[in-house]
Amino acid sequence: MYAYDEIDRTLVNERVSEFRDQVKRRLSGELTEDEFKMLRLMNGVYLQLHAYMLRVAIPYGTLSAPQLRKMAHVARRYDRGYGHFTTRQNIQFNWIKLADLPDALEDLASVGIHAMQTSGNCVRNVTTDQWAGVAPGEVEDPRIWAELLRQYSTMHPEFTYLPRKFKIAITASDHDRAAIKVHDIGLRLLKNASGETGFEVLVGGGLGRTPFIGKVIKPFVAGRDILSYVESILRVYNQYGRRDNIYKARIKILVHELGIEKFSAEVEEEWQAMRDSALQLDDEIVADIRSRFQYPGYQTLSDTPDELTAASADPQFERWLNNSVAKHQKPGYAIVTLSLKPIGGPPGDATADQMDAIADLADKYSFGEIRVGHEQNLALPNVAKRDLPALWQRLDELGLATPNVNLITDIIACPGLDYCSLANARAIPIAQELTRRFANHELAEMIGRLHINISGCINACGHHHVGHIGILGVEKNNAEFYQITIGGRADEGAVVGTLIGPAVPYDDVANVIEDIVESYLALRARPDELFYQTVERLGVEPFKERVYATR
Amino acid sequence: MTSPLQQKIKITGPSVVTANRTWDGIVIYRDTQQGWTDELADAAIVRTADEARALLAESTADDVDAIGPYIAPVIVRDDGAIEPGNLRERIRRQGVTIDLPIPA
Repeated sequence: MYAYDEIDRTLVNERVSEFRDQVKRRLSGELTEDEFKMLRLMNGVYLQLHAYMLRVAIPYGTLSAPQLRKMAHVARRYDRGYGHFTTRQNIQFNWIKLADLPDALEDLASVGIHAMQTSGNCVRNVTTDQWAGVAPGEVEDPRIWAELLRQYSTMHPEFTYLPRKFKIAITASDHDRAAIKVHDIGLRLLKNASGETGFEVLVGGGLGRTPFIGKVIKPFVAGRDILSYVESILRVYNQYGRRDNIYKARIKILVHELGIEKFSAEVEEEWQAMRDSALQLDDEIVADIRSRFQYPGYQTLSDTPDELTAASADPQFERWLNNSVAKHQKPGYAIVTLSLKPIGGPPGDATADQMDAIADLADKYSFGEIRVGHEQNLALPNVAKRDLPALWQRLDELGLATPNVNLITDIIACPGLDYCSLANARAIPIAQELTRRFANHELAEMIGRLHINISGCINACGHHHVGHIGILGVEKNNAEFYQITIGGRADEGAVVGTLIGPAVPYDDVANVIEDIVESYLALRARPDELFYQTVERLGVEPFKERVYATR
Repeated sequence: MTSPLQQKIKITGPSVVTANRTWDGIVIYRDTQQGWTDELADAAIVRTADEARALLAESTADDVDAIGPYIAPVIVRDDGAIEPGNLRERIRRQGVTIDLPIPA
């Protein structure tokens, strides 16, 4: 965990006081909605179909047990007893009243949590790998750099009114769990030939109306130069990004229209003029940030404890172990993913009671730490392997041990038309129906790794473009229809999926997905050829034929 | 950005003006008494573009109580019952179509 200092606490508390005054003035009519809207968005407050929604940042996906308990408290006291974890390491409360928001934010501020940079045309919450600091083989804990970027970008006066929102993600592992290639800036931490820590920098990735995979703008930027290089990108974007058309305002459009060579030349010119400025990070600053991350006092433990061996005789435990438990950097410890995708449940939701219970489990089994992943699941990053059987029993009681991580029922879905004022179609009921269709865990395991991502509109909060199967809700003649894409990926091999044909009606979506999966099972070259690999090998035609032959 | 009042208003049937209430965000409708109601049954119904424009202008003038008023279609049944005219408005009226993790 990162230890906040007095400056952080003061900043967050002052922001709450400021917002309290703004809310008061709005409720009295002193501020019009036009005047207030920008202010509330800067504090993560949206207006949805039925209510206000508060989006709270979980910087680099790391939460302490007290922070999660405070979120449970906010859900219980000011909302309807649950929260929704998003695809960008945030949590959303869907039913909060404007009049209650300052109190809710004050309560969150008491544990160092805030909603700054969760909305508006600024640098948003910097995200990273939910396994940061514990993933075997990672170059370095990417949260150190995420925290540097967070401090640098928070309330940055030059970049508070960018042409459009700006998202940065960092990974430090070969396997990209942070989807860096679909971010405005993607940073891959690496060491160069001389052992120096730095970043491969990608720019111009993004989903939404016009999806693009990020392009490498610089194969290596030394760690000390990362702030100046990021600032150079932001400056070029701030100067040339389009403000006349919201649909063309993201940096991906600028990079596409200028071309990566011209764009990178502009950035290089800017960078050469400023790289030796105050933004250059000396080792002391990085060391100071690093020192404020407190790491657990790991014990020397057996990697094959008796408790684990004994429990493995239970096939249900064994299934969960194989599915939801991953290797840790330290022998004797494991990373445990908590599935927020129960069969028939809304993806990413957790009740206040579940949050409290997870916080207790984190205290008991994971050095008080919880992680949030962009796939809308949680993780306990530091569980002693000997404790896995006891943890599993409790998670199972809480409905948090569905052994479906990375399988077909581990669906990413945006809130869709059930909540969101931008949506054209519902996403959650489609996800729920699909989890029921594929509820049989043996079938799901046989299908293997398969990511279904669902968005209720072209803004793509459900990352449908990069789902192995992507489902996009559209409205046709006042009815919900869904376009299906296949072959997308969000990881290190990120690719935008291919549309298979005309949109299908709401009631037929689950049937179509079943047809696609049946085709895959019949067509795959071998049992371990993953769905996206089969699509890569054969193209979309066989799937298209199967889906539309009888429709 | 063009204000709602400057946009060409075209309605194809009975309509209401709907918005969200400022202090808590709930769905509200403009009523016939120049106020707001959370009951669709009490909403003012307009049937022509001129009526809709006038109701929207009156609603937009009240910036303190309501946010983002706009015209939404409704269906008026033979018995006078008013129902939302499309799925979005049905969800706004009736709430989410899924079971909430904690029942309301």
